[in-house]
Amino acid sequence: MDSVAHRLSVGGAGAALELRGVTRLFGALAALTDVTLTVRPGERRAVLGSNGAGKTTLFNCITGDFPPTSGTIRFFGEDVTHFPPFERIRRGLRRTYQISALFPGLTVLDNVYLACCGVSPRRFSPFRPRSNDALVQAAEDLVEAVHLAAVRGRRVAELAHGQQRQLEIALALAGAPRFILFDEPAAGLSPTERRELVDILTTLPSHIGYIIIEHDMDVALRVVESVTMMHNGRIFKEGPPADIESDPEVQELYLGGGHG
Amino acid sequence: MSIAQDARLQPGKSAERPATAAPTRDFGHPAVWAVAVLLVIMPLIANGFFLIEIFGTSLILGIVALSLMFLAGYGGMVSLMQLTIAGLAGYMTAVLGASGNANISLGWPWWLATPMAIALATLFGTIGGTLAVRTEGIYTIMITLAIASAFYYFTNQNWAIFNGHTGINSVVTPHFLGIDWRADIAFYYVILAVAALCFGAVSYLARAPFGLALQGVRDNPRRMATLGFNVNAHRIAAYAFASCIAALGGVLQVWNYRQISPGSVGVERAIDILIIAVVGGTSRPIGAFVGALIFVLLRTFTLDFLVAIGLDGNRFRLLIGLGFLAIVLFSPDGIVGLWERLRGWSGQGKAQAGGERHG
Repeated sequence: MDSVAHRLSVGGAGAALELRGVTRLFGALAALTDVTLTVRPGERRAVLGSNGAGKTTLFNCITGDFPPTSGTIRFFGEDVTHFPPFERIRRGLRRTYQISALFPGLTVLDNVYLACCGVSPRRFSPFRPRSNDALVQAAEDLVEAVHLAAVRGRRVAELAHGQQRQLEIALALAGAPRFILFDEPAAGLSPTERRELVDILTTLPSHIGYIIIEHDMDVALRVVESVTMMHNGRIFKEGPPADIESDPEVQELYLGGGHG
Repeated sequence: MSIAQDARLQPGKSAERPATAAPTRDFGHPAVWAVAVLLVIMPLIANGFFLIEIFGTSLILGIVALSLMFLAGYGGMVSLMQLTIAGLAGYMTAVLGASGNANISLGWPWWLATPMAIALATLFGTIGGTLAVRTEGIYTIMITLAIASAFYYFTNQNWAIFNGHTGINSVVTPHFLGIDWRADIAFYYVILAVAALCFGAVSYLARAPFGLALQGVRDNPRRMATLGFNVNAHRIAAYAFASCIAALGGVLQVWNYRQISPGSVGVERAIDILIIAVVGGTSRPIGAFVGALIFVLLRTFTLDFLVAIGLDGNRFRLLIGLGFLAIVLFSPDGIVGLWERLRGWSGQGKAQAGGERHG
């Protein structure tokens, strides 16, 4: 466990995200074992690994969906290990879910508006927005940015799968994100939708860093500058995409394992 | 990596819910205006008995049920302590104000006693809510039921404030501007105004950020947390708002009967509120009032009806129970849901006129 001196150290001040010795147990099963990871502000990284490698558990620990069993997590230098999720989100962390986590009964615009409210002090406001409301405008802009303007008034339950995935990204872009965790954003998308996704990701402002979990190498390796390979809850390789792709051990474990 | 992963994140049932947050333009509907006008001119049509015993009482029960509708329909939290909160407001109105029990009542003027009673009941409901939001589903029902029955037994046994099982009688009601506000017509308008205010507040709030977020919390609390919402704080705030509405209903209740006793806050009464809300439908604010009217009509007239056909008049609860069963079986979203479905069927030929409003 971490000492007080360790907790107060400013070693991670330069990093957007710094994980030290993060372990997560589910009963006797270790979903994550001693994960240590540093990501610079604005850095874009892919996390690769087969099913059960611990990728989504890693995300859940970073956002606080559930806390790590041990280890520390720093977000822009601040120890957020024991923060509830909403405190991390308000500091600029965002995430998307592997299975779309949207509000099917609300319209597209309301979903994004809700996300905009969540990171604004207006979240408790008992007053309806006026037509020129800044948050509504921000929501409209985001809907536009993810190419959903044509269906902005439709209920989310009526959207096609690809559109729901795009909406999922819009929710993560609400407010002023500093770092985003994308959990398989391309899952189930058509080739055209994948190209649109790559466009959205590559045109994000450069100060916004992200980690992306993606099985599709064509998507993953085109939108990142570094790659972390995970296997059985551990990190076993880090490096630029080219090195990872040509690494024989990686090919053995992952690329040759029927994925891709 | 899918151990417990995202199991709660799937849309599930929520997709079938009516879009309570979708823009509603019901205020423009002629039927709504007709009902509103009818309610306003009611004193011209109905005699004192109907005015207070039927419509006034329905509106008061509707206000208390509305507080449950808000929590259950928008927040997904079934609270059985809403009548208890109303009861505390009623008791405090009697204790702080003037009554026939001079040894207990402090004799404050109504304009001081009433806001204080509402504030205390709201505080009580908020504290109860703070306990309840740590639980989900059936455990929320259990903990609020526990609060309700504990309050009932406490009022029974406490003589210093609640005057034990005799309760507080001859509660003095407001007189000012030369008007007796408990006289039938004046009191009816007081009730109608408060009911309209509560109904309007709940309807308005449903589309404000706070209300939208509450519905988000109902459908997917985990996602709301990763959008930056403090889910528990939001739920507690919802309890505070609902408590304030229930408290308003409680004050009107004690003015209506001019007395309050443990029987007014019993668990049976608390269940009545749940029945009213479910029968009316928890998807829309109007459901609480529809449910209350049906409940009061049944309670008032079933007795005569049953006696007329040669049965025991005390069996009116049996009829209510059967009606409750039928509604839960055939229309889980209550009378209002049934009404909307009927209108949906009849409107299908008319190019889905009602579709957008409720879609």
